Amino acid sequence: MESFKILIVILLSSVFVDNYVLSRFLGICPFLGVSEKKDQAVGMGVSVTLVMLIATAVTWPIQYFVLNTLKLQYLQNIVFILIIATLVQILEILLKKFLPSLHKGLGVYLPLITTNCAVLGVTINNINDGYNFLESIISSLGCGLGFLLAMILFSGLRSRIDNSNIPAPFKGLGSTLIAASFISLAFMGFSGIIEKIFA
Amino acid sequence: MKEKSSLSVLLNGIIKENPVLVLILGTCPSLATTTTVDGAFGMGIAALVVLFCSNIFISLLRKIIPETMRIPCYIVIIAGFVTIVKMLVQAFLPSLYETLGVYLDLITVNCIILGRAEMFANKNTVIHSALDGIGMGIGFTLALTLMSTIREVLGAASFAGIEIPFMENYKIEFLTKAPGGLLVYGLLIALIYFVTRGKAPVKTSFSCEGCPHAGSCGKADCQKEGVNS
Repeated sequence: MESFKILIVILLSSVFVDNYVLSRFLGICPFLGVSEKKDQAVGMGVSVTLVMLIATAVTWPIQYFVLNTLKLQYLQNIVFILIIATLVQILEILLKKFLPSLHKGLGVYLPLITTNCAVLGVTINNINDGYNFLESIISSLGCGLGFLLAMILFSGLRSRIDNSNIPAPFKGLGSTLIAASFISLAFMGFSGIIEKIFA
Repeated sequence: MKEKSSLSVLLNGIIKENPVLVLILGTCPSLATTTTVDGAFGMGIAALVVLFCSNIFISLLRKIIPETMRIPCYIVIIAGFVTIVKMLVQAFLPSLYETLGVYLDLITVNCIILGRAEMFANKNTVIHSALDGIGMGIGFTLALTLMSTIREVLGAASFAGIEIPFMENYKIEFLTKAPGGLLVYGLLIALIYFVTRGKAPVKTSFSCEGCPHAGSCGKADCQKEGVNS
């Protein structure tokens, strides 16, 4: 029961409190770039969650059984980024072959994910935080869901901004960033809540 | 390709094509590490070193790296230099290593470095690429230092750790938190647009120009407009 509670805390805090986009600033580029339409935002969010989960499931054993046993921890960065790039490629090929309809929806976003810092960030953070395998998976799931949530919320906000009359200097990116700042402010309200609930 | 003078290549990155404020690349580190001037400056210098080295290397190898495999090749070269920089920082500047944490690793996927490899280093000579690396690196450092100065002076009433005496009662602590970073960044971009009266080529949205995958993802309507249009 105790370990189950820890898993819930990890999940909820990575979705709300330590939201990767809004409080750790990882994956800002797709957050700002692909959030104009809701279905695009959902597509990107789902792809990122999927890649995060698979990447963690592969990098965790490699860190503990290969890099740590061979004392090659300093290669972490190179190995992880190569694994992520390879996984994204494989995932794209597999989707294209076996689930063409899903590939049509997500395929566009997959190549962009290789250089998404949230994916590399989550794999490295899981190792740095000393999570075990199950905790790492849950934490990646939480981060992915947090990303998806932020994308959906933000795409809703953006469609409102696009329809309103704003001063010229703030058109485009200026207002987008300021809107993101407000969403981030709202998410700050979650800090401390999760720990209190399960205390 | 038209010959460019070395000086203009160098200055290009600092002002005209400032990576953070004009090209809108490398947003993640510029938001995350600008809470203190120390951290931002350190991040800028670390990225400068990586950018300089990787630009030289990629430019040297530009005729050898096959077109289809270039992105993985670039990533490996960059990740190698990031590892070297990370070890140097860990050994000689442990306090900076603590401050930057995972963001030091994440220089690997910093779009500035991949973006410059894709946009500049694989088309230009070694010397120009090296200068471009230095220019972009200085531009990145300056932009980060500017943002962190605003955030630290107004938010924590100090500059690079030195307290400013008369401001301590007027801290806007919100600026040192996550939303403050986004707000300052948004305001700076709006300010640049206002000062230059829209003449500066400030991008109003993300386009494929800066995207390292622009060439490879022909499936999207990415090549002309950008992913989002």
